Amino acid sequence: MYVAVKGGERAIENSLALLASQRRGDPQVPELTLQQIREQMRLAVDRVMTEGSVYDEDLAALALKQAAGDTLEAVFLLRAYRATLPRLGYTQAIDTAQMQLARRVSATFKDLPGGQLLGPTYDYTQRLLDFSLAAAAEPPVAPESPMEVEAAAVPRVMDLLAAEGLIEVCQPREGDPAPADLTRDPLHFPADRPTRLQNLARGDEGFLLALGYSTQRGYAHSHPFAAEIRFGRVEIEIEPDELGFAVSIGDIDVTECQMVNQFAGSATELPRFTRGYGLCFGHCERKAMAMALVDRALCAAELGEDVVAPAQMPEFVLSHSDSLEASGFVAHLKLPHYVDFQAELELLRRMRSRDIATAAEAA
Amino acid sequence: MNAAQDLAAIGTGFSDAIFDSQRVFRAALDVLSRPGKIGEIALSIDLPRGLHLAAGATLLALLDQDTRLWLSPSVPPDVARYLRFHTSCQQAVELEQADFALIAHPGELPPLAAFVQGTADFPDRSTTIVLQVSSFMEGERYVLSGPGIAGRSDITVPGLDADFVAGWNARRRSLPCGVDLFLVAGNQLVGLPRTTRIEA
Amino acid sequence: MNAPDRSALAPAAYASTWETNFNFAYLDERSKRMIRRAILKAVAIPGYQVPFGSREMPLPYGWGTGGIQVTASIIGPDDVLKVIDQGADDTVNAVNIRRFFQRTTGVRTTESTAAATVIQTRHRIPEVPLSAHQILVYQVPVPEPLQRLEPREVETRRMHGLSEYGLMHVKFYEDIARYGHIVTTYDYPVMVDGRYLMSPSPIPAFDNPKMHMNPALQLFGAGREKRIYAVPPHTAVESLAFDDYPFAPQRWDAVCAICAAADSFLDEVITDDRGGRMHVCSDTDYCRTRQAAAP
Repeated sequence: MYVAVKGGERAIENSLALLASQRRGDPQVPELTLQQIREQMRLAVDRVMTEGSVYDEDLAALALKQAAGDTLEAVFLLRAYRATLPRLGYTQAIDTAQMQLARRVSATFKDLPGGQLLGPTYDYTQRLLDFSLAAAAEPPVAPESPMEVEAAAVPRVMDLLAAEGLIEVCQPREGDPAPADLTRDPLHFPADRPTRLQNLARGDEGFLLALGYSTQRGYAHSHPFAAEIRFGRVEIEIEPDELGFAVSIGDIDVTECQMVNQFAGSATELPRFTRGYGLCFGHCERKAMAMALVDRALCAAELGEDVVAPAQMPEFVLSHSDSLEASGFVAHLKLPHYVDFQAELELLRRMRSRDIATAAEAA
Repeated sequence: MNAAQDLAAIGTGFSDAIFDSQRVFRAALDVLSRPGKIGEIALSIDLPRGLHLAAGATLLALLDQDTRLWLSPSVPPDVARYLRFHTSCQQAVELEQADFALIAHPGELPPLAAFVQGTADFPDRSTTIVLQVSSFMEGERYVLSGPGIAGRSDITVPGLDADFVAGWNARRRSLPCGVDLFLVAGNQLVGLPRTTRIEA
Repeated sequence: MNAPDRSALAPAAYASTWETNFNFAYLDERSKRMIRRAILKAVAIPGYQVPFGSREMPLPYGWGTGGIQVTASIIGPDDVLKVIDQGADDTVNAVNIRRFFQRTTGVRTTESTAAATVIQTRHRIPEVPLSAHQILVYQVPVPEPLQRLEPREVETRRMHGLSEYGLMHVKFYEDIARYGHIVTTYDYPVMVDGRYLMSPSPIPAFDNPKMHMNPALQLFGAGREKRIYAVPPHTAVESLAFDDYPFAPQRWDAVCAICAAADSFLDEVITDDRGGRMHVCSDTDYCRTRQAAAP
């Protein structure tokens, strides 16, 4: 006798228990601590903070631990946590010109004020597996930090180009209106540049990397140059109404990438270089660079360029950049769809029997 | 009065914000879904004079720092202060900025065309009006039909302008754009979404 | 034959507290107010998709977060909640969502359609007719009925604004030309109050007629796409069709093998590896209620 499938609750409980056990792994092996993840999986923590839209290294480490290292799952955890936190206010815009630099490079000039400060980067490593890391070792000793450099001695490359009038100037709109807050309001099209940048900052690194790459391969090429990449510490300031001046509430690490792109001009304007911008929490250069390439591509319509490639299409890019939306909807195909499928099955059978009957009649 | 005395003079809001807001919202949702049905707010709130219970409760439940409220001229300053204090709502100086509008009595209702109606692309970006009337037991009888109503329903409201029905039905030509209305009398509430037809 | 599960017919004991390290119903009050304002506008503009600031929820986008946000914004201690997926209370998604609300609200839950005041559903409308004190909350994956024909939101918004739905009529016309009939079997588009083209969510076309002039309020939440829409009670909901090709939902030659219902949506269950099949009611509460009433 057919018995309707029951026990969904029990199945879920068992699944959760299995998951917890799998996440922990072999109980003989020491458990990961949040400090270990924060310190030694630093770049995963940075990515989770960036796409999770929360700057909190411990929370990001916790999310990574709970997600067994699955970055997208960790981003999801952080976003869900963030979603219902009270909003206390907005900070001032950070000033990357005042950044305490750990790294600063430019591909557009061989040498420039402030110099090329390589900082910690994988760029010069050879990708040879280092088996000495398989065992614990004496912690490496960092070289002595260079003397703290005056921010004024390391001007931003874009500011240097702007001083000569060579680069488009990006001014806030009339009245400097507050940008939309995509964490609270839905996206609308047409989306202005601040809104697009916000979307890209939270966007999945893999998706943006592929789109940025596509522009380099001819899908709306923009002749990009990495004018400057900065990584370091910036101050976060708020300006409470009662005080009337800004106070620092802490500092965070950010990576900023400014791209210089193909010059545009018009009948009434001298040609200038155009620009692309990328910014993320922690040390995420690949993301910042990809973001800058896509930012520039999305300015196509505003610059009067033909829109010919996906990276230039705001609806396409911005509607698919969020890893939560993408993975949720792809994964939802695992949910029961047997009623919809049943409807299709019934139609297909009906159509086939009708076609067979028609063929039989004709014969 | 000093600031502390000012604050002390403002009446209390919901005694249990979470559950009171939810119950009031459900009452508002119910009457807007069923135009002509009279809903009741069964709460006691220490409201300032000039603010009906159903109006105060509805606004306390729906307003916050993300909404702009327009007040008709004879809404007492105490009411304005009370609502701003409890909801942190922003003040709409002009009708064109208003998400919500509180109208002290029917004589102060501006022409419906003066409110934000939304656009063809975004008809939802429109004002919700809360209009205080003296009762639902006397006055003119209005026969209603449209979504939410099985066949016909009716309401009895005193004091609405003679042109109100003509004005309301004329706005219906611009559907889906329009404004939505809550009528309140004491602790009672009636909803008139823009889709409701009022028989002339 | 198994005795009917009577404990499932009575609401579970009301828990007077929920897990208080959460906000009641998970969402903060400011988010709830934003959603409540959107719901009111949705009711005032039947079938129109109101954009709202959908929040990241503890379940993934695409798994019912829109329905959850709507339910979370309307539900209160006076409610009795039923959650179904594919018509069943016991599928994994329904269980998960019901547990979520039990943990975050402590509200009474039930498997009985008749006993519920709020019913959250994925892809089915209950067979038992609803009444005026009930609210049906649909989980919607793709709120835009035109999306598969035109993915750009700027374009579809304009079409809705102008009531320009030729694209859908052409699609149906092409189906008829190619297959002899319309081949949409679920998520079959409807016209609401004669004005907006609406996606009823992926309910089977079989369920569409239940939406028309329903005494209950019907709310639709799409979390990933960030839209809420509504069909007020007693509102016209008409499935698109042509005069010479009227709307024709599914029918079966079989009846339910358990309760003998001939009027419900039937799931096909494969019983052996030789093509053996049987049909049973998709709506488990309906089937169980009929079984219990059978002499």
